[in-house]
Amino acid sequence: MEKEPITSSAHPKGRPLFKTKKGQTRSQYQADERGYYGEFGGAFIPEMLYPNTEELRQNYITIMEEPSFKKEFDQLLRDYVGRPTPLYYANRLSQKYKVKIYLKREDLCHTGAHKVNNTIGQILMAKKLGKTRIIAETGAGQHGVATATVCALMGMECVVYMGEIDIARQAPNVARMKMLGATVRPALSGSKTLKDATNEAIRDWINNPVDTHYIIGSVVGPHPYPDMVARFQSVISEEIKWQLKEKEGRENPDYVVACVGGGSNAAGAYYHFLDQPEVGIIAVEAAGKGIDTGKSAATSALGKVGIIHGSKTLLMQTTDGQITEPYSISAGLDYPGVGPMHAHLFTSGRGEFISITDDDAMTAGLMVSQLEGIIPAIESSHAFAILEYRKFKKDDIVVINLSGRGDKDLQTYINYFKL
Amino acid sequence: MPIVYRNKMNRIQKKLQEEGKILSIYFTAGYPALNDTVKIIENLEKCGVGMIEIGLPFSDPLADGPTIQASSTQALKNGMTSEILFDQLKAIRKTVSLPLLIMGYFNPIYQFGVEAFCKKCQEIGIDGLIIPDLPVDVYLDTYQSIFHKYGLINIFLITPQTSEERIRFIDKVSNGFIYMVSSASVTGTKEGFGATQEAYFERIHALALKNPQIVGFGISNAETFQQATKLAKGAIIGSAVIKHLTAHGIEKLDQFVQEIIG
Repeated sequence: MEKEPITSSAHPKGRPLFKTKKGQTRSQYQADERGYYGEFGGAFIPEMLYPNTEELRQNYITIMEEPSFKKEFDQLLRDYVGRPTPLYYANRLSQKYKVKIYLKREDLCHTGAHKVNNTIGQILMAKKLGKTRIIAETGAGQHGVATATVCALMGMECVVYMGEIDIARQAPNVARMKMLGATVRPALSGSKTLKDATNEAIRDWINNPVDTHYIIGSVVGPHPYPDMVARFQSVISEEIKWQLKEKEGRENPDYVVACVGGGSNAAGAYYHFLDQPEVGIIAVEAAGKGIDTGKSAATSALGKVGIIHGSKTLLMQTTDGQITEPYSISAGLDYPGVGPMHAHLFTSGRGEFISITDDDAMTAGLMVSQLEGIIPAIESSHAFAILEYRKFKKDDIVVINLSGRGDKDLQTYINYFKL
Repeated sequence: MPIVYRNKMNRIQKKLQEEGKILSIYFTAGYPALNDTVKIIENLEKCGVGMIEIGLPFSDPLADGPTIQASSTQALKNGMTSEILFDQLKAIRKTVSLPLLIMGYFNPIYQFGVEAFCKKCQEIGIDGLIIPDLPVDVYLDTYQSIFHKYGLINIFLITPQTSEERIRFIDKVSNGFIYMVSSASVTGTKEGFGATQEAYFERIHALALKNPQIVGFGISNAETFQQATKLAKGAIIGSAVIKHLTAHGIEKLDQFVQEIIG
């Protein structure tokens, strides 16, 4: 096993806020009015999608700021999702790695992962926009389950696109979606994983432009999706701030660590710390079998600037611009791109990007299970794996976003460890 | 106003000024076999089509249905790249005088380098580009001057959901034809045109736009071609061509075209 981590950028250096034309300050790490994070983002969409995304773009901030929307969103997050999720001081993990480790317990959200924060927000948005039918893509099935769940809650028709290969390796989540009343349609094209499921969902939206809302599950896709999803997920860092204040007397940890596939749990965990230069941002990508093996999903290391699913971002592709098929043992990290916010965090140096192999992630998953009594999703296990490599000071406070629980991955863990 | 290069009107603009309806044929370059590209173009010119869209294959063609996606996947497996396509087309103007467009998604063009791509197009004699996922505003802000420099016409799409305001804006910034997507769908649907489409065709016709319209998506035979071109200047057939190529090979393309334009 390789003992040197692959770190793709230097230690983060925070930058100050800057002035917009209107003289307001805004974060340079958040989307501008046209959905750009630095050079990344935008809306590279066929004209067929223009009316839909434009309707959303014109309304999403106004709707999110309506008191009635906020009230319903907050109430559902509290009473239905079970927020706030605990910020848990992981004592044995902290002792092992000689640093203060807190876990943000998104695994305790209803449906087992952070994904539901976004689906609750988006289904309320869809209702406000008068939509009656919901479509979604899913990789690991967590977002599909979270979407099927809120559709059941609101009595809306739900179609989830899922790659044929993912359907096979995430059978329990497929069953859950069906039980919740959703139709699961296999994506049979290309690599038959998340990127293809996303293509199919986009095609469905092109075919159903009036009554349908597309609930994208990550901070990817055309503007305003990356910003909208990041805002819905930002409840994670909002809670970390006051929870840490209660426990440690300060709002800002020294580091926030999260795994990044498309990057929604990470966007939520970083959101309120983006402009706090004293908070180090660590993004953990899936190296798969290893960066140089051709079986990897480490976009920051392997990607180049390009266009995928309506967004300009870093993506894995051939020199001819064909999108390549990523690989990770974790279905949720198996995406050839990364959200434009993260592409910008990487190239600007604000974020520190580390790639973790399948083997290291699995080992970390087992370690956390046995040290803390928590079985993490394999996605989240990638975040824990950096503790073997990344050295911290003894008094550093490191918050790891435990984005999901490992129930869905039991079969993969069992097969891997021959349990 | 048409852009004029070296006192020569672009072939697309010239074609649009001729009498009669235009049948435009789309095919995926490198399909069925890698080196079929030139033969297909030459066959199409012989059998009387009006315009040709050469599809640059992409791994993730999200505005296309299963037929064009499958042909693109096969073309990529056959080894097609932008570089190879340009190489295949380098002598095309010795044998072909029809307007030629390249239709492709933005990422492969972006990786090639937009300016390098446009320059190659000019050298070969390509007249225009259709890039479905390059939005109008990005084109105007960043790429219009490059297209102009190399004498290329960029074609924009409208759909039944496009607002009149936006259609007028697209008309204003277009200088060839408007690609009128027949219905809310990806390519390759085959349900025929009903009252909804006819009302849409009439609505667009009544706008009296400065650019002629060519209808695409959902045209597969003589009947749909006639319906689509009753008011519009022409129509584009893609998926049905690919299906015909798959079933009958490249030699029998003339039969397919004859069935449509008689």
